[in-house]
Amino acid sequence: MVGEQVLIERTDFQRLLDALHQRGYNVIGPTVHDGAIIYSEIASVEDLPIGWTDEHEAGRYRLKRRNDQALFGYVVGPYSWKKFLYPPVLSLWKAKKTGKSFEVVPNTDEPPQYAFIGVRSCELHAIFIQDRVFTNGKFTDPHYQARRQKIFIVAVNCVQAGGTCFCVSMKTGPKATVGFDLALTEIIDDQRHYFVVEVGTEKGAEILQKVPTKRAQPDDIQTAKERIAQAAQHMGRQLDTTNIKELLYRNLEHPRWDEVATRCLTCANCTMVCPTCFCTTVEDVTDLTGTEAERVRRWDSCFTLDFSYIHGGSVRASAKSRYRQWLTHKLASWIDQFGTSGCVGCGRCITWCPVGIDITEEVRAIRQSELNRTQ
Amino acid sequence: MAVTVKPQQIALAVSTDPMLPVPYRVLRVRRETSDTFTFEFGSVDGSRFPFAPGQFNMLYLFGVGEVPISISGDPERPEILVHTVRAVGTVTKSLCKLKPGDIIGVRGPFGSSWPVVEAAGDDIVIVAGGVGLAPLRPAIYHILNHRGEYGRVVLLYGARTPGDMLYKKELAEWRGRFDVQVEVTVDAAKPDEWRGNVGVVTTLIPRAHFDPHHVTALVCGPEIMMRFTILELQKRGLRDDQIYISMERNMKCAIGLCGHCQYGPNFICKDGPVFRFDTVKEIFGKREI
Repeated sequence: MVGEQVLIERTDFQRLLDALHQRGYNVIGPTVHDGAIIYSEIASVEDLPIGWTDEHEAGRYRLKRRNDQALFGYVVGPYSWKKFLYPPVLSLWKAKKTGKSFEVVPNTDEPPQYAFIGVRSCELHAIFIQDRVFTNGKFTDPHYQARRQKIFIVAVNCVQAGGTCFCVSMKTGPKATVGFDLALTEIIDDQRHYFVVEVGTEKGAEILQKVPTKRAQPDDIQTAKERIAQAAQHMGRQLDTTNIKELLYRNLEHPRWDEVATRCLTCANCTMVCPTCFCTTVEDVTDLTGTEAERVRRWDSCFTLDFSYIHGGSVRASAKSRYRQWLTHKLASWIDQFGTSGCVGCGRCITWCPVGIDITEEVRAIRQSELNRTQ
Repeated sequence: MAVTVKPQQIALAVSTDPMLPVPYRVLRVRRETSDTFTFEFGSVDGSRFPFAPGQFNMLYLFGVGEVPISISGDPERPEILVHTVRAVGTVTKSLCKLKPGDIIGVRGPFGSSWPVVEAAGDDIVIVAGGVGLAPLRPAIYHILNHRGEYGRVVLLYGARTPGDMLYKKELAEWRGRFDVQVEVTVDAAKPDEWRGNVGVVTTLIPRAHFDPHHVTALVCGPEIMMRFTILELQKRGLRDDQIYISMERNMKCAIGLCGHCQYGPNFICKDGPVFRFDTVKEIFGKREI
């Protein structure tokens, strides 16, 4: 069954959700909330963003009505799945005073078992990247690992590209090729609304046993392929990654960093929406009696002044240095650290930048200036 | 003779969840300067604390917070954990108020170490600035414990004023040895309080006795001090791969996951804090990296 392709009719889609619920999964999928596509708990197919799409441009995001009833007719929202695998706020441990000493009690809460519905290929790659960050080094983050091991992934291949998408440049999409339990391609014709489903794992096959399926005909598979290929041709952005690490390393003092700093608000939006950004800080707090303490881990951002603070001041005091740190980490030093780029081309940092700074444009400016110099 | 603990072995000593602090009791406190104290800690459960010279710990004060501090004791006395702390921030100021019997939390040891084993056979030149002597002291202990394995040994130490010097008693002891060249200088001193060298620590380098082709240099201090020290060492003919430095950045997790201590492609907590200079020379000295 693994590797096979089957069809699920739109009318049977609820059965897939039911099957996951029955297996005890906490099912997370796209919903419309506060004018955006937000991943949150879903009970039924009615919770999905039926008939909605999203428009992306630098610094601009709008939901719009589609002229069909697509379930997955949008691209990506502001949040990624990291919110669930790597919670924004997490208690690491609590400590209780015992006389002069104290006792540390680790947070051993059993994390939820999630099923993710609608994981885009770029997002799947973001999860692979965070796997390398959190579980592939000398030290492992047990909280990430515990959540990650249990997830069920229903990927959805993109049949349309957003205005800020560049997964083709980053070789992360638009088709999900590995790492999913099931991968869907949504097809809406005049008469039919159905999903071509690729089975990725035994776990996926098992869930499908509870869902009415048909064998996918060669025509269906061909149609799915063509729709994905279409998305690949309509990428809103492009990023030339040729020798990008060397390009950025040799341009750490490029005047473009000063220029982008005049626009960058160092608001940290790009790092919050980025599906791979992993920086955290810890907060040590006590209760009012002073007898119980807790260490809480929170998402942090290299755009804050506090991030690099050591006695005497912040290492990265200027906006220039903080933007440079983020971009060179994402596209260059990440490769040295984890053997992969830190960028999946989802375009979120471009869409959600309040002043519309475009990572692809910044790299292009630096690359272009080198070409101009040599001409 | 005590066994030298290599970093690979130390990785095993870290508890299974490296984010959990382990309680340690303050045994002794010594005032070094007006704002710097040396603490000896013993584990509450009697376990030993093996580490390699140059490594650091995260010290947690109940409810206040946690800071990275280098280990400054003798690696061959793992029953006592020694830290020298300068009161500069919220946590370190509170740490400096600790009294014998008080309990702190310790996570570690973390990070890379001075190449004291690899440097056997070489001359050694140690250049320290200010509290930068603290992370170097375990290396000095190791070298003196195994004095026969090294060639000439030179310690150059600079402090801002005579009152800012750490480990004065030990410095005097080491100066008294015939097999170590110890030179100390201060940036400034009142005429009647100091009869020694005045000037920055780099001024001591030209008169240090070592063979530039067979020497390993261990350098720790403020970044600007390390920068000029490297220049002076290069003038003496040292190659970049003979020089080791110890870097400092903001740290939260100490296990390479929180991202704070990034220094170019390096995480100072796990790839450093000790770096062979040639591995970081492209970014060293670049502003705001």
